Amino acid sequence: MDIFLQQLINGLTLGSVYAIVALGYTMVYGIIQLINFAHGEVVMVGAMVALTVISALTGAQIGLPPVVIVLAGIACAVPACMAIGYGMERIAYRPLRKAPRLAPLITAIGISIILQHVALLVFSRNPLSFPQIMPNPVFEIAGAHISAVQIAIIGGSVVVMAGLTFLVYRTRLGIAMRATSENVQVAGLMGVNIDRVISSTFVIGAALAAIAGVMIGTYYGIAHYTMGAMLGLKAFSAAVLGGIGNLAGAMLGGVLLGVVEAMGAGYIGEFTDLCQAPWIAGLMTERCADGGNFVLFGSNYQDVFAFLVLIAVLVFRPSGLLGERVSDRA
Amino acid sequence: MMRLFQGGKDSPVAARAAILLVGLALLVLPFALAQAGTAWVRITNLAILFALLALGLNIVVGFAGLLDLGYIAFYGVGAYCYALLASPHFGLHLPFWVILPIGAALACLFGVLLGAPTLKLRGDYLAIVTLGFGEIIRILLNNLAQPINITNGPQGITLIDPFRIAGFDFSKPERWFGLMVSGPIKYYYLLLVVLIVVMVVNVRLQDSRIGRAWVAIREDETAAQAMGINTRNVKLLAFAMGASFGGIAGGMFAAMQSFISPESFVLVESIMVLAMVVLGGMGNIWGVVLGAVLLSFVPELLRYTVEPMQKAIFGRTLVDPEVIRMLLFGLALVLMMLYRPAGLWPSRTRRRELAPAKR
Repeated sequence: MDIFLQQLINGLTLGSVYAIVALGYTMVYGIIQLINFAHGEVVMVGAMVALTVISALTGAQIGLPPVVIVLAGIACAVPACMAIGYGMERIAYRPLRKAPRLAPLITAIGISIILQHVALLVFSRNPLSFPQIMPNPVFEIAGAHISAVQIAIIGGSVVVMAGLTFLVYRTRLGIAMRATSENVQVAGLMGVNIDRVISSTFVIGAALAAIAGVMIGTYYGIAHYTMGAMLGLKAFSAAVLGGIGNLAGAMLGGVLLGVVEAMGAGYIGEFTDLCQAPWIAGLMTERCADGGNFVLFGSNYQDVFAFLVLIAVLVFRPSGLLGERVSDRA
Repeated sequence: MMRLFQGGKDSPVAARAAILLVGLALLVLPFALAQAGTAWVRITNLAILFALLALGLNIVVGFAGLLDLGYIAFYGVGAYCYALLASPHFGLHLPFWVILPIGAALACLFGVLLGAPTLKLRGDYLAIVTLGFGEIIRILLNNLAQPINITNGPQGITLIDPFRIAGFDFSKPERWFGLMVSGPIKYYYLLLVVLIVVMVVNVRLQDSRIGRAWVAIREDETAAQAMGINTRNVKLLAFAMGASFGGIAGGMFAAMQSFISPESFVLVESIMVLAMVVLGGMGNIWGVVLGAVLLSFVPELLRYTVEPMQKAIFGRTLVDPEVIRMLLFGLALVLMMLYRPAGLWPSRTRRRELAPAKR
């Protein structure tokens, strides 16, 4: 039972990070039907910037309390990512808004390669490690462990998601965003400044990505210039799982995907151990004797689950769990 | 064959002379390159291999307009198929003319398995799913060493057999007519022949009923459907065909290198092939080959120029040529889409299509 609870906690932690990244994908998609491939790289830049600032402040020994240092890291990462988000939209996507679909997809891939390698040059080729500046007490609940960082990540993401929901449903900008996603032309006729709304969407998504970057960086303790690609893919899968274009869907999809992944990693070894199946174990008595095992797929297949979920969703329910719009125009 | 050379339409004599000249140049090229070092012949061979890959991807991206970001996985399937059936790893040493079709068929099967559920979806979903598929194949190649050692994990497979046919060994140097012909030079001629065959196949394919159906789908899927094209099957065909070309190229790669590991089949390679197609001109066979040759040689040239230059100016290597190469790929993708979406050597219909819509 503790494995289950433990993996549930780990999954919820990862899942809340996925959810925040997925929100960035889903917001952009909801408004201009574009998959922002480079979004994962923005998360990476956020982690890198925050880590550099935190390391520098820790190294400077000016006696700042650790909480202030972490907040300073976030405070630097968020504007940096917002600038990247804005620049990206301005340079690579805006000129192609009326071009065929393939064009912005290809520029997005180009942008993500550029961001990765610029990060490599600016920061480091090797993984940077997050300095241990705060004690990270571990609490025990019913046989499972939960660390302070995990609590902070889950709590922080709840706050972020609540903030975003407020922004989208209770402010003028939010109304404009929803109007634009409903119908760009009509929103424009109603006096919505489309360009500004699209820019803000990218900027808000990038700010979320920065926060997610800090979270994932502190969780794993490292940041690397290639970390964005896989994370971005998983978050995109989460957005599709929840129903792309749907905010609540992205949140739900992210958390679900995190849990599925953690559970998968926790149990796949047990499930694919042929020695657990009596009729096969009988054939391999030698190998299975004395608690031996014959594991077909171990936890190193963790990264595969997100794609399996993605493919399954696309085949069986392309609109996602909460999505209502089904469009199949290529 | 004449259709291949669009430039020489006005004067057949000039066109024939040009073909003859280019042909002669291609024949003596490896010997000239060998003077500068066998490494350059190898680089040329890899360039041709990438041209083959780019031509395969061009069917999917250029003709049919489907963005495939996991294309290198098919290359990997072909390569591993060859490596497993012709190396001491399993003790199997089948001849290449048996394995290459198997590799192509296997890659094709994977293409169909991947395409069947996803091709009815939107184009950008396809991009993501293929990306995921590429990652899955890479993860499998890396991890299928346990519990039964199939792929030998990250160490890869060594001592892969070269191409051998009736005592003629492509890897051994030989003396022909007083000329020293090394292994890479032999492979060069083989690759050149394969490249020409594949190009002819592509040209014929482009003008065929299927090729026109692909273009129709790319331009307007609904209209194509209304014209009676079974869009799903035709797209699936593009996918399968592109995959099998990738599989063949992979088999040749394994034989040429005699060593493969999962590292050769990562996402970056898929993107590199895509960059070749985009840079050269999606949908134009000559453009794609040009893109492949350019993007294969530029990094090598960078290696030979940028590094010494930096050493001379700064006393050390500040920026790795590898990084410059990747930055160039990224920039090429972005700038081409912004300023020359139809590529350096655009195909005529594609140019029309990629021009911004007039309002």
